Parts: sequence; C-alpha cells; structure tokens
Amino acid sequence: MKNSIVVSLCAVLFGLLAGAVLMLATGHNAVEGYRFLFQGGLKNAERIGNTLAIATPLIFSGLAVAFAFRTGLFNIGVAGQLLFGAFCASVVGIHLDVPRILLLPLMLIAGALGGAVWAVVPGLLKARFNVHEVVSSIMMNWIGFWAVYYGVRTFIKNPSSETESKPLPEAATLKTHWMTDLFQGSFINMGLLVAIVVVILIAFIIAKTTFGYELKAVGYNRSAAEYAGIAVNRSIVYSMAISGAIAGLGGVALYAGNANNIEIGILPSQGFDGIAVSLLGANHPLGVLLSAIFFGLLYSGRGFMNAMTDIPPEIADSIIAIIIYFSATSVLIERLLRRFVRRKNQAAAGDAGEGKVK
Amino acid sequence: MDYVVEMLNIRKEFPGIVANDDITLRLKRGEIHALLGENGAGKSTLMSILFGMYQPDRGTIQVNGKEVRISNPNVANHLGIGMVHQHFKLVENFTVTENIIMGTETRRWGLFLDVKQAGRKIAELSTRYGLNVDPYAKIEDISVGMQQRVEILKMLYRKADVLILDEPTGVLTPQEIHELGKIMKNLIAEGKSIILITHKLKEIKEFADRCTVIRRGKTIGTVDVAATSEAAMAEMMVGRQVSFKVQKAPSRPGETVLKVEGLTVRSARKSQALKDFSLEVRAGEIVGVAGVEGNGQSDLVEAVTGLRKAESGRILLNGKEITSESVRQRIEDGIGHIPEDRQRRGLVLDYSLAENMVLEVYHKAPFSRRGILQSQPIREYAEGIIGSYDVRSGEGAASSARSLSGGNQQKAIIGREIERNPVLLVAVQPTRGLDVGSIEYIHKRLVEHRDKGNAVLLVSLELEEVLNLSDRIAVVNNGELVGLVDAAETNENEIGLMMAGVRKEAQP
Repeated sequence: MKNSIVVSLCAVLFGLLAGAVLMLATGHNAVEGYRFLFQGGLKNAERIGNTLAIATPLIFSGLAVAFAFRTGLFNIGVAGQLLFGAFCASVVGIHLDVPRILLLPLMLIAGALGGAVWAVVPGLLKARFNVHEVVSSIMMNWIGFWAVYYGVRTFIKNPSSETESKPLPEAATLKTHWMTDLFQGSFINMGLLVAIVVVILIAFIIAKTTFGYELKAVGYNRSAAEYAGIAVNRSIVYSMAISGAIAGLGGVALYAGNANNIEIGILPSQGFDGIAVSLLGANHPLGVLLSAIFFGLLYSGRGFMNAMTDIPPEIADSIIAIIIYFSATSVLIERLLRRFVRRKNQAAAGDAGEGKVK
Repeated sequence: MDYVVEMLNIRKEFPGIVANDDITLRLKRGEIHALLGENGAGKSTLMSILFGMYQPDRGTIQVNGKEVRISNPNVANHLGIGMVHQHFKLVENFTVTENIIMGTETRRWGLFLDVKQAGRKIAELSTRYGLNVDPYAKIEDISVGMQQRVEILKMLYRKADVLILDEPTGVLTPQEIHELGKIMKNLIAEGKSIILITHKLKEIKEFADRCTVIRRGKTIGTVDVAATSEAAMAEMMVGRQVSFKVQKAPSRPGETVLKVEGLTVRSARKSQALKDFSLEVRAGEIVGVAGVEGNGQSDLVEAVTGLRKAESGRILLNGKEITSESVRQRIEDGIGHIPEDRQRRGLVLDYSLAENMVLEVYHKAPFSRRGILQSQPIREYAEGIIGSYDVRSGEGAASSARSLSGGNQQKAIIGREIERNPVLLVAVQPTRGLDVGSIEYIHKRLVEHRDKGNAVLLVSLELEEVLNLSDRIAVVNNGELVGLVDAAETNENEIGLMMAGVRKEAQP
C-alpha cells in the first residue's frame, strides 16, 4: 500500500521531469510552462471547478477499470459502456416528464443499467466460453459506438444537427446552481458528488464485505476460489456488471453533466483514460480519485499553458503519456527503489562497521 | 584429490534472508553425491548458483580445479554442468530428438534442420548408457520415467560431465526408481559425476556415495553414506531426533462415510480419466490411494470434492447422494480437502493468512454479519490455527500467504481443514516437499483425526507414506482400481507391481 503510493508519486515526478526535458529540448522555458499549466487548472475557483469537472468522468472510468482489475478482469470496454450508459440516461432524460428529484436518480439508474448490460456480455462470454474479456469488450466498444450512433439519430436526434442528440432540458442535467455559483461559473456539477459516493461505496465493498472477498478471491486465484466453493462464473459476471455500471454512471456525468447532449461519431477518450487513471491510482478507489483529479488538472491546464506560452499542448499530452508509461512499469520503479534502499542500508552498515573498528 | 566441482564458502542473500551461508560442497569425479536438506534449507539456491541462475555474494566455484564465474546457464552448459529439473521442461508434441536438440539444432548447409543425424547420435547415447529411449517417440506418448531419461539424454547430448538431478524420484514407481538407480550407476561408470538433490533418506542410502547435509543455509557436514545410518543423517538434517514410524493404534472402522459407486470421470485431455471406479471409506479408518502420478487420483479427488463433474456413477456421503452437489454444499456436508497443489488450489497467495484461514467459512457467523466481514473474529480464529499447528510467519495472521515457506503454507492448509472437523478428510499429498520433522507432525495430526471417528482418504505418490499411514490401500492404474489390500499385510513390492497394472491374482 505504502509502496504503491511511492511508486505512483515517482511516476508523476518522472513524467513531469520528462516533460521539462521536452520543453527545454524544444526551446521553451520549462518553469514557465509548468507555472501556466498549473495556474490553468488552479488559478481561481472557476478553474478549480473545471478541473474537478473534467476529473469527474475520469473518476468513474478509472474506478470501473480498477474494480475489474481488482477482481482479475481487464475491462477495456469502458468507453462503450460509458457511451451506452449515457445514451440510456439521455433517452430517459428527454422522454420522461417527472419532477427533477425523481428524474435525476432515474437517469443515473438508467445509465448504470446501460453500462452494466454492455459489460455483462463480455462477462457472460468469459464465464461460459472462456472468451477473453479484452477481446470481447473491445468489440463491444464498437458495437456500442454504432448502436448509439443509430439510437441517437432515431430516438433523440437534434433537429438542427446531424451529429448531435437533442440537448437535455436543464432539469435533466446534473448541473446545479449552488455548485456553479460556488465555483464562480464553472461547469462543475453533481456528477462529482455521485463519484465520491461511488468511490466510498466501492472501497467499502472491496475491503469489508463478503461479496468483495469473493470477487477478489476469484480475481487473485480462480482455482482456489473454486476450491473454496465460491461460484466463480457468477462472480465474473457480477464483477463485469458492476464495472460497467460504474462506467455507465461516468457516461451520465460526462454527457448529462459536463455536456448536455451526446455527440455521435466519437468514442469518448475518457473510457481509455480510465486505464491510465487506474494504473496511476494503483487500482485502489481512493488512489483512483486522486489520480483522476491529477489528470483533470493536466487536461484543464494545458489550454491555458498553450494560450499563455507558445508551448504546444501536445507537451501536456506527452507528460500524461510518460506518466502512464512509468506507472505501467511500476516493477521497474520498485526495483530502482529497492536498489536505492539497499545502497543506503549498505552505506549505513558500512558506517557502523567502521565505527566498531575505531 | 580429484574434484570436478568445488563450491567453496558460498554465501547468497535475498532481501531479509540468508539462503546460503558459507556452504561448501565438493564433488569428486565419478561419484553420486547427495545434497540433503529440509525445505528452505538452501538446496535449490545452491544449485541455482552452480547452474548460473544466481550469482553468489561471496565464495568461489571451481570446475576441474580452475576458478570460474558462471554468469548464466549457457556458461554452465559449456562447463559441462547439466541439470534435470524436478518439473521436466519438454515440449509435449515434439519427438524425443526434437526436444533434445532444441537450442543446439544440427543443421545442413546452415539452414535446414537435420534431425536424422541427431537421432542417430541420441540412439547411440541411449544404448551406451542403457537408457532405452526411442529417439522418434513423441513426448506425450511416453511414460514419465522415460521423459526423465529424455532429460538425462539431453544433458548427455550436450556433453555434460556433471549432472544435477533435482528430486528425480518423486514421479516414479518403485520399479522405475530402481531403473534410475541402474542408470546412475552406468553414468558414473562412464566417468560422469552426479549431484542428487533429495530429502528421501532411503534413496541416498541406496544410491549415493557421499552426502552433504545443509540446514538453514549452513553446511552441517559431508558424510560417507555407507558408514552413516539413516537416522544419523535425518538428525543432521533436522537438528533433532525424528521417528520414521507412524505411531498408530489399529483402526476401528465404523459406518461407511464415503461410498463411490461405478464412478466414471472424463478429464480435459484424456477421454476417460476414471473408469467405473468403486471405493468405500469408513469412519475411523485411513484409506490410501497408491498409484503413479496421473493415473486417475486427481480425477477421483476432484469428483469427490465437487471440482469435476462425474460422467456416471454415484458418490454418497453418510448415505446421502452428493454426486451433483456444488462444492460449497459438499463443504457444508462435512468434506475437508487438503489439495494437491497448495499454491494453486489451497491458498489465495495475495490474501493474508487470516483471510486464507476462513476461505471456506467467511460467509458464516461469526466471521461475517449481514455480508460484512468481521475482522476481529477472523483474526482470532486464524491465530488459533496458527498457534495449534505451529505455522511460522513474519507477521502472524496478517502476513501474506505468499510470504510463508512451503511447509508453513501446508501446515496452515492442514490446520484450516482439520479445524473444520470434517467427517471425510480428503488429503492429497499432504506432506509433499516437506522435511521429515514436518512430515512426522502432519502424520500425527491425520491419525488423530482418524481416531476421532472420521474418515480419511489419503492420496499420495510417496509409497512409503501410503504404507505407513493407511489402514487399507487402494491401488489405481490407468483410471481403474487394480486392487484393495490391507496395509498391514502388503509390502512395497506388491504395491509397486499393482501400480504398474499387474493385478494381485496374477502376481507370482
């Protein structure tokens, strides 16, 4: 646990250092670049709000990946689950005429169900036929992409645009005045609050419940779980369903919170970013929360950096990529750390030895 | 003195543990030298150093009197050191020859594989050392014993002079072990030298010339095998006196607990793994299943414990049919299972010891309430098992199962299973890879469990264990019951023949 925090911090540090090298190599002032990058994400209440808003879908997608990881599954289909969940929620939001206090929970439920359905398919295939979930969930991404493409144009098409859904009525989005006011006009919304609740809920399920115990046992060692009488196949399906439901909620936060309609023809990149968020967050729900906010910061700050300096925004993307690289190669960092600790110990032992001689 | 290999004052440290501390091993030319030690004593580390997989922190290695640095296994090969690993490294659907030449393929015009030339050479080697291996047989078609000889051939083909055999007899029948003994004699007659890693004292006595004993990473001594008794070597290895005989009163069998009737099981690979198999185990008795590995034992165990579906036939526990019950239901009915592969089946290595101790009961009070795990009762329960089964670990119940040594992992599993007090305990290889001290202890516990009026089904590849511990012995061959004998009225030879498929009536 403590170890993985150090590894993640090292990954961030190395990523930022590499970014600095890139900026210097392309003839820019790295200190200034970073100043504007962080200012862009943190300068005032509105920017902080935007950072958190950008982070919100990433919290969900990161958590979806992390939850699957913890139970031994690699859910690479978060993008599709997110999109399909958002579509289900949007249909509910546009067609259902009920008070807001009922409508928003219904939309969240619809989103979670949509995501869950999209994830259960790979789950069932894995449980029944041992089809690897990476392959099937990637394919589900594209099925989701085209299903939503068709669905939006058929059921909730925007009359004035070919590539967008009808905007949601204000009552059917997660935006709320008190949050917008608190962050001085930011597009922050209640999606963040839902995300925090879900993070806590998932952390609790994983650590404290018999259900989480079963799912993790299956993830760590399928044969031992089978030996212990745990219903392995059922666990796999549940894991995927929950992971997909979290992704679906992320879709609601993205398309009915940060935005108010669905743009078709795009597979949301937040789905794949979830893998990076989860990696950096060491697959732990709280780690995911923090790493999503950090990614949000980089994404929201890069525009400002680009506006204030002539550093290309791709540098920020490169930093993100390098951080992902380092968190993915955490084994390498751990080895480095171990060597460092050993050197230090040896030096200390050497000193002690010399002390004796004297 | 003419030494082929000398490992002098070898020290190797791993984070937190000194695996080898000042170990010295000298191998004479033309001798069989046994390396004896408990589990975790440092045998594997020492041999890995000789084979170039680890570098020693201190100490020197000399081959033929010259100091060498063995930086990787290729260097070891060049120096004429070859190793036959415990788990064979063979490609199943390749022929013997293809397996042997892999990595050093003979080529024609530098481009085309020349299997014929190699095959001839292998046939020649096989005859010369009396190995009796067909160079063109496929690995999947030949017996385990022959596969082992293929591994030996592989070393000879690469001109190895020093052969390291790591636990070579674990997978063999008594007759095959005898064969192996002859082969080793042939090898040393031709000037080869052998290091035999084992913890079976009987085999050392039978085959080896000298024996180096190590304990907790230190050399205890090198002895002349002919002049040293088994008991003395055991004492050197463990550090105290051990008894080999299992102390037990005659069994007083009661009602039938497990009844298997006409059971047929299909395995994933072979069509029929178990054919029309019937067996009874009564309360208060230990029934041992003897057989060469892969003759249906695992399939029987998996069918009884619910891990594999029965194709046909019935399984009854205390008169109740359980043939199609789930694993969990069978656990509830009172079946305990010490699995063959402790790391694959028996433990979730990434879970703590405490979490592992409730692997089958976590969903019940007091370990969980309304779906929430209760850490306090779980820890107390685990500490109870750890205490009474002497499971040693770094941080007690909180240690990760992975951090425990193999022997302690095994003790933890046995503790967990016996603690649930199952009416039927299925114990598969309960002492696999353990040292004599732990074996003695585990045998005592199994007999105690029997004496409480429970049934024990023991499956072991160690014939001695089956003979010592069982009240009755069922011998399997090729998925069929060859015969059922009384443990007190049989001997190793009879069982050995039955294991090879010779029925009792047919024996002379």
